[in-house]
Amino acid sequence: MNNTATTNNDLLAPSKRLVKRYRAEKRFRRCGIAAITLSLAFVFFLFFTIFSDGISAFKQTWIELKVEFSNDLFANENLAAADYPGLVKRSLRTMFAEVKSRKDKKLLYGLVSPAAAYKLQDMVEADPKIIGTVQEVWVLADDDVDMLMKKKIDRTVPESNRRIRDIQLEWIDKLVAQGRLTTNFNRTFFTSGDSREPELAGIRGAIKGSFFTLLITLALSFPIGVAAAVYLEEFAPSNHWTDLIEININNLAAVPSIIFGLLGLAIFINFWGLPRSTPIVGGLVLTLMTLPTIIIAGRASLKSVPPSIREAALGVGASKVQTVLHHVLPLAMPGMLTGTIIGMAQALGETAPLLMIGMVAFIVDIPGTFSDPAAVLPVQIYLWADNPERAFTEKTSAAIMVLLAFLIVMNGLAVLLRKKFEIKW
Amino acid sequence: METATSALTPSFPVMIGNQAESVMEDSDAKETARNTVGTPFVDAPRMTCRNVDVFYDEKQAIRNVSIDVDQNEVLAMIGPSGCGKSTFLRCLNRMNDTVSSCRVTGSILLDGTDIYHPSVDVVPLRAKVGMVFQKPNPFPKSIYDNIAYGPRIHGLTQNRSELDEIVETSLKKAGLWKEVRDRLNDPGTSLSGGQQQRLCIARAIAISPEVILMDEPCSALDPIATAIVEELIAELRTQFSIVVVTHAMQQAARISQRTAYFHLGNLIEVGATEKIFTNPLHQLTEDYITGRFG
Repeated sequence: MNNTATTNNDLLAPSKRLVKRYRAEKRFRRCGIAAITLSLAFVFFLFFTIFSDGISAFKQTWIELKVEFSNDLFANENLAAADYPGLVKRSLRTMFAEVKSRKDKKLLYGLVSPAAAYKLQDMVEADPKIIGTVQEVWVLADDDVDMLMKKKIDRTVPESNRRIRDIQLEWIDKLVAQGRLTTNFNRTFFTSGDSREPELAGIRGAIKGSFFTLLITLALSFPIGVAAAVYLEEFAPSNHWTDLIEININNLAAVPSIIFGLLGLAIFINFWGLPRSTPIVGGLVLTLMTLPTIIIAGRASLKSVPPSIREAALGVGASKVQTVLHHVLPLAMPGMLTGTIIGMAQALGETAPLLMIGMVAFIVDIPGTFSDPAAVLPVQIYLWADNPERAFTEKTSAAIMVLLAFLIVMNGLAVLLRKKFEIKW
Repeated sequence: METATSALTPSFPVMIGNQAESVMEDSDAKETARNTVGTPFVDAPRMTCRNVDVFYDEKQAIRNVSIDVDQNEVLAMIGPSGCGKSTFLRCLNRMNDTVSSCRVTGSILLDGTDIYHPSVDVVPLRAKVGMVFQKPNPFPKSIYDNIAYGPRIHGLTQNRSELDEIVETSLKKAGLWKEVRDRLNDPGTSLSGGQQQRLCIARAIAISPEVILMDEPCSALDPIATAIVEELIAELRTQFSIVVVTHAMQQAARISQRTAYFHLGNLIEVGATEKIFTNPLHQLTEDYITGRFG
């Protein structure tokens, strides 16, 4: 009797020990949730700052000039020799006839980007018939004007502390009132290479550089990595040599990437004599860096193929190679592809080894081949972050956004591939 | 392995006649099969195993086993867990080659050919000695491709219609044709466990082997699927020699003509199945089949 009573009591009122256990469980769960919340908060903070800084870089300010392509400027046969900057200045002077002093004129000319002169030249060269006519032309505004329009320059601070003078503010307001100043989508950012002028700087060069570099990396590291993983996992005899190789591959995965850059500098550039700053060398260096990742991921996915499949194939008389090629490799492919794409994403975001092989140079031209000097996206970010102009801050953030977009796309692709090729049983 | 073979049969030819072999075997048998009681040898064997030892590194898993596999018989191998019956079975088509630490000595002959002879290629060997595993392991491919894979890699067919023919007859022999003929392109893994096992049997017989090795083919199946597979084994006996490793003594009693009892790596007793289960010669066999251990 007594015994049953105590048992019932136990069920109704949990013992102290049990209460303590539940409390410990709850505490543990709360810690986990707190850790996740904290890391998510940091990620959101990162994304928020980057987005709020960078989103404005996708817009650009333009000014409409009334340009008179007067015949006297083009007296010379050679159209390229004409004084296009002078033409821009003249247009500005006619639009703001009240500006007289030399100092003020200089400020006035500062409203438009040096690119305005190139644009006029392009127009004339494309269609010489416009000589002698008056055209309304939209030209890029200077980056300071752009910053003002994006409210990144505060009008309320004293004139001496601001890059735009009061008199320039007046002109700008006048232009806005006339509808001669507008902001729209910044195509330049996606179509041009690097530049000293923020309003002219774009990431096309860096994107193409990254593309060529990654193409080399993929073309080399995927076949080499898969072949190495298959040999080590399926064919290599298990002895001290194999162990040594395995340890070294694992060590290579942990080697700081700048060391690979030094290796590339010593071997590919100094010894083989490949050109500096080029995607081909960058690709080779990044191949070295991604190979361990791909080999390790490849071996893991080969290991996860159930041995019963190998037995089944061997049991019907398939040779070792047939077993691997027909059955094991197809089943391991999703894992290998995932590893490769993650390795590629790592390579896409890598800066340090590329600094060593000269891919940190200021390169204006958009690379057309594997042996043209090029920058890559992360290096471009690094270079822009170093520039003093205010307008490069938003360019930096925008470039980071582009890089992140590529990374997200690549990781999404990895997930998709895994889902698609995964064979269920 | 090679040294033991040549010690057993000096200047051993790749092919020797059954006649010559049986003479030699008689003289050997007195020594080698001393600890095996019953009737391990038959007159016209399909496979002949003599003095087989198997080692995993230093550990000996099989001790001096000598046994014949007859034509068109079901030979059941029973014994407690870890007694080496699966290890021995996997020696018969050299599946143990995949285990690097495994070493086999003694001689195993298929139709008079030593299958462990250095010049023997395992690919045709495994085409002649097929295998069905414990867990159904169809390839993650279509039912058709599961069957067609073996004939394809061995080049048994000239064209698609011959291949279709092989797939159909194999599935018919495995008693699976009626169930799957309308969905040959479905993945093999979509079948039920029992169907998958019969698919694996069909896959094994598609390359027309002489011997089929089955490693506990029913242990992953429910009783109904087991009954179907057992019936199938009985039918297949008319064309193939079948060696079955099984945990279930009743199953051995139902399907086999001869039964071999393994104990701790030793082959204790071989005999006609009804004799083993009713009147075993060896004390260990009796203890096992009466359920005193195992």
